[in-house]
Amino acid sequence: MTTGRCHPRGGSRRAARVVAADELAGQSRALLDEGHRLALVACHDDGGALRCVYLFLAAAPERRVELHVHLDPVRPEVPTLAGLSFPAGRFEREMHDLFGVVPVGHPLPRRLVRHPNWPAGWYPMRRDAGDPPPFALDSEPYPFLEVEGTGVYEIPVGPIHAGIIEPGHFRFSVVGETILKLKARLWFVHRGVERCFEGRHAEDGVELAERISGDTAAAHSLAYALAVEDASSWEVGEDAQRLRALVVELERITNHVADLGALANDAGYSVLNGHALALRERMLRMNEQVTGHRLLRGAIAPGGVRLRALPDLAELDTIAAGAAEVARNALRNTTVRDRFTGTAVLSADDAAALGCLGVVARASGVPGDARVEHPMCELPVATVVHTEGDVLSRFLVRRDEVAASVELVRELCARARGRTAHTADPPGDAATPVGGTGVVEGWRGTIVHRVELADGRLTRVKVVDPSWFNWPALPVALANTIVPDFPLANKSFNLSYAGNDL
Amino acid sequence: MTGAGVAGAAVQVAAVGAGAPLLVGWMRQVRALLEGRIGSGVLQPYRDLRKLARKQSIVPEGSTVVFATAPAFIAATMLVVAATVPTVTVASPMDGVGDLFVVVGLLLIATVALILAALDTGTPFGGMGASRETTIAALVEPAILVAVFALSIRANSSNLAAIVTATAHRPGDVLTPAGALAFAALVVVIAAETGRLPIDNPATHLELTMVHEAMVLEYSGHRLALVEWGASMRLAVLVGLLANLYLPIGIAGAHAGAAGLVVGVGAIAAKTALLAGALAAGEVFVAKVRMFRVPELLAGSFLLGLLAVTAAYFIAPRGA
Repeated sequence: MTTGRCHPRGGSRRAARVVAADELAGQSRALLDEGHRLALVACHDDGGALRCVYLFLAAAPERRVELHVHLDPVRPEVPTLAGLSFPAGRFEREMHDLFGVVPVGHPLPRRLVRHPNWPAGWYPMRRDAGDPPPFALDSEPYPFLEVEGTGVYEIPVGPIHAGIIEPGHFRFSVVGETILKLKARLWFVHRGVERCFEGRHAEDGVELAERISGDTAAAHSLAYALAVEDASSWEVGEDAQRLRALVVELERITNHVADLGALANDAGYSVLNGHALALRERMLRMNEQVTGHRLLRGAIAPGGVRLRALPDLAELDTIAAGAAEVARNALRNTTVRDRFTGTAVLSADDAAALGCLGVVARASGVPGDARVEHPMCELPVATVVHTEGDVLSRFLVRRDEVAASVELVRELCARARGRTAHTADPPGDAATPVGGTGVVEGWRGTIVHRVELADGRLTRVKVVDPSWFNWPALPVALANTIVPDFPLANKSFNLSYAGNDL
Repeated sequence: MTGAGVAGAAVQVAAVGAGAPLLVGWMRQVRALLEGRIGSGVLQPYRDLRKLARKQSIVPEGSTVVFATAPAFIAATMLVVAATVPTVTVASPMDGVGDLFVVVGLLLIATVALILAALDTGTPFGGMGASRETTIAALVEPAILVAVFALSIRANSSNLAAIVTATAHRPGDVLTPAGALAFAALVVVIAAETGRLPIDNPATHLELTMVHEAMVLEYSGHRLALVEWGASMRLAVLVGLLANLYLPIGIAGAHAGAAGLVVGVGAIAAKTALLAGALAAGEVFVAKVRMFRVPELLAGSFLLGLLAVTAAYFIAPRGA
């Protein structure tokens, strides 16, 4: 039983297939063997019965394949894919927590999203979930693995930290100063974002998308807009797509510049952080000139894009030169270079096996860039790859991406021919539920949104931030790193808590 | 013991006690200005101390008298050090015990008190900071001893006042290879002793990289104020001592009058401000070394001190 649907844009193809639960593993294996990656798994409560959607993406040629599995209404179970794909195992645990879908045969079927104080048997994403029952004290103990041995001790850190950062709890098992094992416990900022989308009009969802992860407003709003347009066969022209790409590149430059300084700061070299923050401020002001909002909110919406002005290229060049100077000075300091080099190495094999994306993957020699692999328009993108997988590589990827993004912005401005706004008329609302996907290379990595619409309203939005894929890589990279290098390593990953916790 | 000496010692204690926060504020302000920041002003440490003194002081459950009394003990030790080290006068009544080894011992006592207090909290950060501080202290104390010892050879005495007096009489004597080597060693040692870059970062908010800050994480209110005050006095005394070991201009002698003491205070204030400003400016250009490189750095400092001692014996200045 196959229902294929042509992708509205040329060059990309998308297929949606309904498969039986027992065919899932075989079909998934075949897709993974063909070079697809599992990009998103979403459960849907269709009222009465649950349905799981597995989205596989592949590049060259661009392919998007969805496998839909309808679950037994009485016993919602799926066969686990954890043996095929590490991210699949985590998606299944998420579905288990939020929808009560049991992954049969899962090697580690414990809670992921829901903290132990959440009542057992209450699945907040189900339509009939109702109001939350009273939260108890921890009803299930959190299974931190205890490392035993002479001289091994534990350091619990967070979720409240000494600086102003997002909440996350880290538990280090340490001997001397060397980290034997790190367990990161997240989901302190689970806000139920996906549930908040439900029932909104498709055009009203963009405000929420901009707030999924505050520093990634443009890329998340674009992924959302693309998904909505895909679902409703809303044609948006190449000119509009290029202006949207421009906004995302501004976001990339803004965040990468700040990260360059923050990395130097975490090595105790604060003078560079001062310079980088000044550069970031100039970017924020430019963002405000371009979009009317310092964090680039409000520019991208389903069906179009609206800028106030094109960026000032002379100012951008000054900022790019400043960023290059910050990077040069950081690397010229032998102590900083020593702190960066060889610290928290993530091997290419591990990065690929964990499904890492974006800066983290590209610093470990795993190329992958949605701007090339899933293009929404023709872009002259130069993908930056470094191969050492250490903090230095992640620093260098950011440095080179700032330069590449500035070039790209210049190109996009030239092609914009002075036009700053494009709007495409919406098509009529389809009565039957339709799905759509949006794939965007945000500054952290590839963001995927999948929406389903019925009567112009959102019935389900699934958001996958690259941080979801990259968080498990942090403990892997930190094995045998020393405790005082953790903040530096963590900053070099710079993952989003909010984007992960949703 | 002379009247001028007693007065001088009292002035010393008062000057160090009152001026130490200003020194910290000055160093922060120098850094801020060089980094292109406005900074919070040189008086900020006083405001911080006032704020902390007014706040409630929380004691971790299960901690003992060690935790509760360590701050007062540290501050008191530092005041004794301030009375002993020749900053304003060389005629302190503490002169009899004003020996190099006594001063280093007193500094170590304060360090050990804080280490014990950190362990007493029972928290992982306290233990982690204590472990790191112990590693550093074990390497710093011999280095500081050896470096100052190199300077004491000329004076034929390990009494700090005697060393300073000898230098005051023949200021050119410190401009020897031995003096230069010992100076380099002392700068590194002081950075380590006072928890500054490149060994520790006093401005960090990253719990896991902290050394001194990790040990004081559980302190709050007036106890934290005492710890901070003690730390600033440690900085002031060490910078003041370094300044006077090499440039004892203006230091009050055994028979100085009130005017001599005023000159002494002014001189040490100027010298300390200059040297601390230079150290702070230097900090702008260094990053924090990897924890495992700290022993290498301190061993290097010790080696410099050892070379200084050797050089002091072999390349003696004329007439020594």
